[in-house]
Amino acid sequence: MSEQKYLSVTALTKYIKYKFDHDDHLKHVLLKGEVSNFKRHSRGHFYLTLKDDQSQISAIMFAGNASKVKFTPEDGMSILVEGYISVFEASGQYQIYINKMTEDGLGNLHVAFEQLKKKLSSEGLFEQSHKKDIPRFPSAIGVLTSPTGAAVRDIIHIVNRRFPLSRIIVYPTLVQGEYAKDDIVKNIQLANKQKLVDVLIVGRGGGSIEDLWAFNEESVARAIYDSLLPIISSVGHETDFTISDFVADLRAPTPSGAAELAVPSQTEMLSYIERLKAGATTNMRRLHQEKRNGFNKTMASYVFESPERLIEAKSRKFDYLLDKLMLLSPVKRLEQSEKDLQKTTKALQEYYVNILRQKEYRYQMMLKELAGNSPLNIMQKGYSMVKKEGVIIKSVEDLAVGDLLSVVMKDGTLSTKVMTKRKDDKHGKNENI
Amino acid sequence: MEKTKTFEQSLAELEEIVKALESGDIDLDMAVKKYQKGMELSKRCHTLLKDAEEVIVKMMKDEELVDLESE
Repeated sequence: MSEQKYLSVTALTKYIKYKFDHDDHLKHVLLKGEVSNFKRHSRGHFYLTLKDDQSQISAIMFAGNASKVKFTPEDGMSILVEGYISVFEASGQYQIYINKMTEDGLGNLHVAFEQLKKKLSSEGLFEQSHKKDIPRFPSAIGVLTSPTGAAVRDIIHIVNRRFPLSRIIVYPTLVQGEYAKDDIVKNIQLANKQKLVDVLIVGRGGGSIEDLWAFNEESVARAIYDSLLPIISSVGHETDFTISDFVADLRAPTPSGAAELAVPSQTEMLSYIERLKAGATTNMRRLHQEKRNGFNKTMASYVFESPERLIEAKSRKFDYLLDKLMLLSPVKRLEQSEKDLQKTTKALQEYYVNILRQKEYRYQMMLKELAGNSPLNIMQKGYSMVKKEGVIIKSVEDLAVGDLLSVVMKDGTLSTKVMTKRKDDKHGKNENI
Repeated sequence: MEKTKTFEQSLAELEEIVKALESGDIDLDMAVKKYQKGMELSKRCHTLLKDAEEVIVKMMKDEELVDLESE
């Protein structure tokens, strides 16, 4: 039974594998090492050993992951891998199962890139506010690139097609390799000193990250930042961004793109000029019409239409004052008095005539009445009038017998003497005389 | 008109003129002058563009301008 105390190799190996597989640290491992014993299996797997000065570890990368590796690992190459540690039971060997593999140098570049990007960003080198405007119509474009590459040909071609009015000055520049960064910096500074161009295109065609590396150098970034000439960067492919792209005033995806950004299209410009010309004409017409309208309006003013209206108000006032003056004038008053006098006189006359007429009328009336009552009239009827010493006698009492009387008849007078007298109780008119 | 004026200067001036005429806040005689100038400028811009057949390419070599050697 003591045999049962002994584990089988398999059991132990399974146990060890279990331990490895359940260790959190070993599930995800980032490892740096040198390649040795590299073998690419016909089925696509990578077999290799990773080592450093003192240790080594077996490594395997299955075909699925291995196919994504962009470089060919070689013995002696320093690489960075990502994977997990497990045990290959058949050989009892622990090894790293690699998921991702990159070249170590490149890894350093990435780190350097990120670090520099962060540093320059925090310094404000990428600030939008610092970016200069690209001139709309550069009379000359400076191109900092290799004089023999495709990039310069593309740029010349595009500028030629779009806006041949611009000149191009090529600054032959190393854009790759050890001396590239210094050459780029030197030429940016030279172009700024010479001031022969309005805008600079700095760049090169596509390549590996190492090929483009000069454009990730701090000195280049700072030279671009310090440039007084606006800079369009165009480095590599559309998707590759370099530090230079972040610092530049404008980033173009390709050299052709940079040329398109640097110059306007001639066709567009021609139609733009035509629009401006038409605009000038339209505006001029409108302006002219406005001025004319203004002039017509002015001319239509009553000042010109009926100038007399200008003095109308004054004239009216004058008339008013004149009337008033006339009213107040002594002559006027005299006239008025005269008129009044005439009126009064006339009234008086009328009044007088009226009174006269009235009087006359009354006189006539009285005359008529008088005529009716005249003793002569009565005498006509046969009555007589008795007078004594010229006085008309109305009563017998006024007479005494013997008195001499005059009897006046209608056609003459006779004298008589009172013979008798008698007083009647009842008296009648024609009685007793 | 000065023939030394660049395309950009001419165009900028033309744009200014259009703007000035657009604003209407300008004397008529000045407007007429500006308009005439504008017409000249547009003609000049047009000519400059049309006449530019091919871009002149130079290379900076030892701080001297030389023709770009074609490969």
